[in-house]
This record gives sequence, C-alpha cells and structure tokens, in this order.
Amino acid sequence: MAIQTEKDDVSGTATTGHSWDGIRELNTPLPRWWLYTFYGCVIWAIGYTILYPAWPLPGGATQGILGWSSRGQFAQQMQAAAAAQKDTVDRIAAMSLPDIMKDPKLLAYAQAGGAAAFKVNCVQCHGAGAAGGKGYPNLNDDDWLWGGSPEAIYTTLRHGIRYTDDPNTRDSQMPSFGIDGILTPEQIDQVANHVLALSGETADAGKAEAGKQIFAENCAACHGEDGKGNREFGAPNLTDRLWLYGGGIDNIKAQIVKPSMGVMPGWTKRLDDATIKELAIYVHSLGGGEAPVTQ
Amino acid sequence: MKHEALEKNATLLLIFSLLVVTVGGFVQIVPLFFLQNTIEKVEGMRPYSPLELAGRNVYIREGCYVCHSQMIRPFRDEVERYGHYSLAAESQFDHPFQWGSKRTGPDLARVGGKYSDEWHRQHLVNPRNVVPESIMPGFPFLASKTIEPKGFGANLSAMNLTVNNGNGAMYSQEDIDNAEADLVAQATGENTDGLMQRYPRAVARNFDGDGKVTEMDAVIAYLQVLGTLVDFSTFKADMSR
Repeated sequence: MAIQTEKDDVSGTATTGHSWDGIRELNTPLPRWWLYTFYGCVIWAIGYTILYPAWPLPGGATQGILGWSSRGQFAQQMQAAAAAQKDTVDRIAAMSLPDIMKDPKLLAYAQAGGAAAFKVNCVQCHGAGAAGGKGYPNLNDDDWLWGGSPEAIYTTLRHGIRYTDDPNTRDSQMPSFGIDGILTPEQIDQVANHVLALSGETADAGKAEAGKQIFAENCAACHGEDGKGNREFGAPNLTDRLWLYGGGIDNIKAQIVKPSMGVMPGWTKRLDDATIKELAIYVHSLGGGEAPVTQ
Repeated sequence: MKHEALEKNATLLLIFSLLVVTVGGFVQIVPLFFLQNTIEKVEGMRPYSPLELAGRNVYIREGCYVCHSQMIRPFRDEVERYGHYSLAAESQFDHPFQWGSKRTGPDLARVGGKYSDEWHRQHLVNPRNVVPESIMPGFPFLASKTIEPKGFGANLSAMNLTVNNGNGAMYSQEDIDNAEADLVAQATGENTDGLMQRYPRAVARNFDGDGKVTEMDAVIAYLQVLGTLVDFSTFKADMSR
C-alpha cells in the first residue's frame, strides 16, 4: 500500500506523504555538493588505505605502497638536521676545547648550541640565568668547586658529581662530624666560628681561636690549611664569603653536623660529545671561566 | 535512495541493523586480539619493583598525569628535548598507561637519572625551591606518609589481574612473596641482592635521606627508573612500527 506523495506548492519538493494535523513532511534530497563530497571522501579513503599503513591484520598492519612510516619520517628529519650541521659539529667533535674557542665562528656556534642545551638540561638546578640557588652552584661567578677551565667543566659535564652510574664521576664525601660523633657540639660551635672568621665575618673571637686547632686537625686535609679549599676533592673555598648552603653560623654548623653534598648527573648517556663540548664552552663563557689548561 | 523498503519492514530493518553493528564491532574488537603484535620486543623491560609500584600508585593518586605525559613522540623537537622516542614496550607494564596529549609540565617518560634524588625531594616539597618560575603544586606531605611494607605483595597480585596478554602473569609467586623485603631493600639500599636479581637495573638507596620508607622514597624511586630500562645503544629501530 503506497502512501500518496505529492508536491509541495511552495518549495516544489516532494513530500513523504506523512501528514500530522495538516502539516506535511518534505522529503528534501541531500544537497548535490554534499553528496558528491561524501562520495569523494569514500574514494579518497580507499586510496589512502592503499598508499599508507592502514589495516590491522594478524601478521601486522598493511604497510601501504608508499612505504611511509612515522619512524622513517623522523629518521629523515634527524638526518636532514644532522647533515645541515655536519661540518661544524664534526669540527667541534674533533677539535680540542681551546682550539674551538680560538675560532670565532666555531665559538659563536658552540655558545649558541650550548645555550640551547643549557635551557633544556641545566636550568632546572642551576637556574634560567645560571645563578644557581641553595645547594646548586652559581655558574656566573669565578668560585669553582671542581675547576673552572673549559677542560674541568667538560669533565664535570661528562662524568657528573657523585653520580653513581659513572665510575669516573667526581666524588668526595665530607664526614658527618656531628651525626657520627667525631666532634662534640661545643667543638663544632668553635670550628664554625673559626670558619666564619676565615672569611672575615663577625665571629666569637674566643671560640674562633679554639676552633683553629680543630680546623687544622679535621678540616685542613681537604679545605687546606688556609681554608682556601681544594679542587681535587671539590672542597669549597671557605674564605670567599660565598656559601653554597647559606652563610651565617647556623648554616655552617648544620653543614658540619650533617653535610649536604651536591649530586650532578653525568651527561654522556643523554648528550653527544659535541653538545657537551658546546655546553662546556657556554658555561665557561658565562663570566667566571678560567684559562684553558693547554694553550 | 530506495530505503523505503527497509524502513517499512521491521524484520529487514533488524537484519540490516545487525549487519551494520557487526561490521563496526569487528573493526573495533578484532585488532585487540592482535595487540601483542604491535608491541615490539625490546631488551631490558621488566615490571616495576615494589617500591617503584608504590610510587606509581602515588603518582596516579595525586593526578600527576593531568599535567605530565609519559610519551615522547617521534618528532625531532620532542626527541631533542626529552630523549629517544617512547616505545610501546616501555608502557607494557603500565596499567593504566600514562600517555597523554596535553602537557602543562614537561614529559616525564625519560626523567630517570636526569636529576639528583635531593633535587626531586626539594622539588616535590615545593617546586619553587629549585625552579622559581614553576606553577606545579607542592607535595610536602609525601615525606611524612610512611608506606607499610606488610602485605604489599597484594599490590603485585592486583597488578597480575590487569594483564591478559597470554604471556603469563606480570609478577611470579616468588616476586609476590618477596615484595615486603624488596620494598624495604630498595628504600634503604641494604640487602639488595634479591632485589637486583628480580628487578635488574633497579636503583636502590635511601632516596629522601630519612630513616623511614615514605611515599617520598617511592615517588622518587619511580621517577628515577622512568625511561632508563631500555639500553638505546643496542636498540635497532624497526622502521615499519
């Protein structure tokens, strides 16, 4: 039983024949442009699944006849970038740090590359401006724990400091003079006053005098007779009024009782040698860099 | 089109509806049966150790995934910043996985070994301690919440329930029986022989510097293992993956 359809007078479109209280439903066809776009998309999708990886099958997805893959595209991008930088990077990798720094073009390249690598890898501890913070050394000044020549910075970057994954890491341990009962609280008070006096800050003169002997027996082996530190052990200079863990008698005492000791990762696993060299040159150029060991 | 016949015959409509739903169902369901094909085999991956698992539980509980993804995509900009792109195998023991398409904080897929334990401790207590411009909230309470080792094996058993991949259980009975000892060993760095044998390349030490096994220890242990298990110096990428 077919329902009578008829043409709507106003729009000229056929109706479905349905009628509710005299309201009739138009049977408007899909617009042509939409229909053909739809067919176009179907055809495009078929072509796409032939050209590109698409259908998952038991033995793995179809590969597509173009051979495109996201890993392949990535590898191409990386190769293109490496090829563009190859000449410069190869020279940096092959040359010694002082030689790189003598070549103005290479130096500029290394500083720019080092600055970029620094922003990604180093700012989290040393700060966006390399000014450091409590426990994280300022790299702008000339106070170096393990040395400030390009070579020394390069070694620190490669092997890290107290970094357990690298057997060649820079390592030293300061004893916990308080926790382990090596010194009595009174002795610690005295030697802390002596340390304050070393850098010319106001200290209790009597205690500082008593602390002199304690310092000579317990601290001088690493920090030196005169308290100027020893870079072989990363022992800080105690006479320069720069305090990694805060100045003042309380912070110094806390550091003798139970020392905090910084840990820095070695970067050989994450960064290639050229990047580490660039970083060393960048950090060296920040302000406090010392003369290269080999000229 | 002549769909009038379909619309006016209930049985025909039912049959064709079923057909459409079946095709849609196949497309969605069948690939799941071949999921194992999509995970390439790589050396070094192992399930999380008990302490790392405890840290992962805290990570999920605190909603770290809301801001941090664990998925480095194969693009040059991502790889230059975060390291080698993530492999499916690296998420095979993650239930639920920690991938993401939105990063408010940086991606953490390869954060393991990038910072010192002390940095992580200070950063978790208050991120502004070490990164002045950070907008991450602090989690100082982690340091005071201790983890009870007793009965921790149940967490490993629970993880076994999440695996249905035909490769057997994630944790063996031996792993579950030793969970309490392994948890303590990794957080103290003492008596770690069994731990190292069951969970190669585990990092075991007193992570937060205090005597108790806290959630701080667990979270740092978890963060320090992320992305470190696959040795990429020996990994050969299969381009068609």
